Amino acid sequence: MSTSSYAIRDSATMLRRQLLHIVRYPGMTFGVLLIPVFMLLIFRYVFGATLGAGLGAGTGGYINFLTPGIIVLAVTSASVATAVSVNTDMTEGIINRFRTMPIARVSVLTGHVLGSVIQTMAAAVVITVLAVAFGFRPSAGLAGWLGAIGLVALLSFGCTWVSVALGLLAKNPESASNYPLPLALLPFLGSAFIPAAAMASGLRWFSEYQPFTPVIDTMRSLLLGTPGGEPLLACAWCVGLALAGYLSARALFNRAATTARSR
Amino acid sequence: MTQQNNGLAVSASGLRKSFGTKTVLDGIGLAIAEGTIFALLGPNGAGKTTTVQILSTLLPADAGEARVAGHDVRAEPDLVRAAIGVTGQFSAVDNLLTGRENLLLMADLAHLDRREGRRRAADLLETFELTDAAGKPAMTFSGGMRRRLDLAMTLMLQPRILFLDEPTAGLDPRSRRRMWRIVRDLVAAGTTVFLTTQYLEEADELADRIAVLDNGHLMAEGTADELKRLVPGGHVRLRFGGPDELAAAAGILAGAAPDAEALTLRVPGDASPKSVRAVLDQLEARSIEAATLTVHTPDLDDVFLALTGHSGPGNEGLSNEGGAR
Repeated sequence: MSTSSYAIRDSATMLRRQLLHIVRYPGMTFGVLLIPVFMLLIFRYVFGATLGAGLGAGTGGYINFLTPGIIVLAVTSASVATAVSVNTDMTEGIINRFRTMPIARVSVLTGHVLGSVIQTMAAAVVITVLAVAFGFRPSAGLAGWLGAIGLVALLSFGCTWVSVALGLLAKNPESASNYPLPLALLPFLGSAFIPAAAMASGLRWFSEYQPFTPVIDTMRSLLLGTPGGEPLLACAWCVGLALAGYLSARALFNRAATTARSR
Repeated sequence: MTQQNNGLAVSASGLRKSFGTKTVLDGIGLAIAEGTIFALLGPNGAGKTTTVQILSTLLPADAGEARVAGHDVRAEPDLVRAAIGVTGQFSAVDNLLTGRENLLLMADLAHLDRREGRRRAADLLETFELTDAAGKPAMTFSGGMRRRLDLAMTLMLQPRILFLDEPTAGLDPRSRRRMWRIVRDLVAAGTTVFLTTQYLEEADELADRIAVLDNGHLMAEGTADELKRLVPGGHVRLRFGGPDELAAAAGILAGAAPDAEALTLRVPGDASPKSVRAVLDQLEARSIEAATLTVHTPDLDDVFLALTGHSGPGNEGLSNEGGAR
């Protein structure tokens, strides 16, 4: 038997399972959208005028500056859902069923990752459509859009592997929903709402050396043609997150296999 | 392929497993013939689930060897997995999927072609009386329905060797009998069943061979009749009016196991008038009065009592008390 072809087939089966979960449990997707949509509304209609004036956002106003950051927020917000869903699988009996079957083990995790990336991309589309309704006017051509979509997918891939690892690390679904919070907060301390250059020096340093600032800046340059994009650095961060997440997830998954006990 | 099974579906020797400082299995050996039902009988914490987890490749043993379907569980786990099906005592169904989707998920993971998967799913839904609920999410199922769906999912894989870890724990008597019928039908069709249970009645009812596990040790192994022969006779059961009399009587009668809830005392011994009189004389001498007395011919409960020094696994709560005496 060919192990690698089973890995693909089993991953596709597990992905179908995740997609059914997304359809059956729309509350999860709603929860993913809640915070980014809320932030979009607050920063567009409450703080938007002041921040926009402060930034001298002549071209298109603050909503244009804001939207790329909100899209990234949707990605991190989805990581909470991923961690909870992975943890639920691990703490229920079904994982032991999968482990006693001759299937590619990694498919249990890849199903989650692919399902989450699809869920996140759908959430990003919803956010973008809403933002356009609120006045977002991107100037990107086809290449810019494709680049932005690719970057969101890559970021989502990286964040999802990290949250899969966090979901495996947590003892129960409650703590699994807390573990990704630092990840979800990082964009707020990055350039999502104001440029790093406008921050106090300590925060600016932190902002420049974390993954989300280059990703958000690159999204802005892709969608709006503004300067300051660092596509290589942004991609490197995403790949780094994915690699770190994948390696820890694999180690945690194998460790769980040798200590599995019925509760 | 290294297939050396000599007609044995499962063979194991010297299995040991500890969690931290607690030894859960202390050198277990098993030999289970193909096409038979084997019951591992023991109280909670005896090591039954750990044994199943080792044999089903979920846990590595610390020491010892185990072969399932002719393959070493450590060296060839995927070949073992291809031959087995496992239904644990904790539900392993996907709550968000419907009954039918759960079965089709198994079909896909077993790499069945689509039509074969659908046909087999329909058959199993029918057999397990789940056809009406097939389109409903599993989270809406009752306990008995979940257990049946769980087993049906395992059977989608058409396992040659089926592990059932306490398959009827918590089921009502009707669901339990239905489960027993399903197990018998499977064995009639050639499947080997490895069953764990706390219920002596269940082991007696189903199993070709029974092994008694207590504290990580196998206390005895054989057919139900062979095990029953291990105890010379039956037992005398005394019921008392109150807990004081019960405690007093338990203190003077050798090997007696009290049941505080039922206010009964089980005294091992044969059913001869002589030994019954001896029990009554001892009570008389201390002026302890029993309300009723019944004489029982031996059953597996007596075997368990004789082997482990405490009462059968069915009345687990009292076993420590009995064992300490």
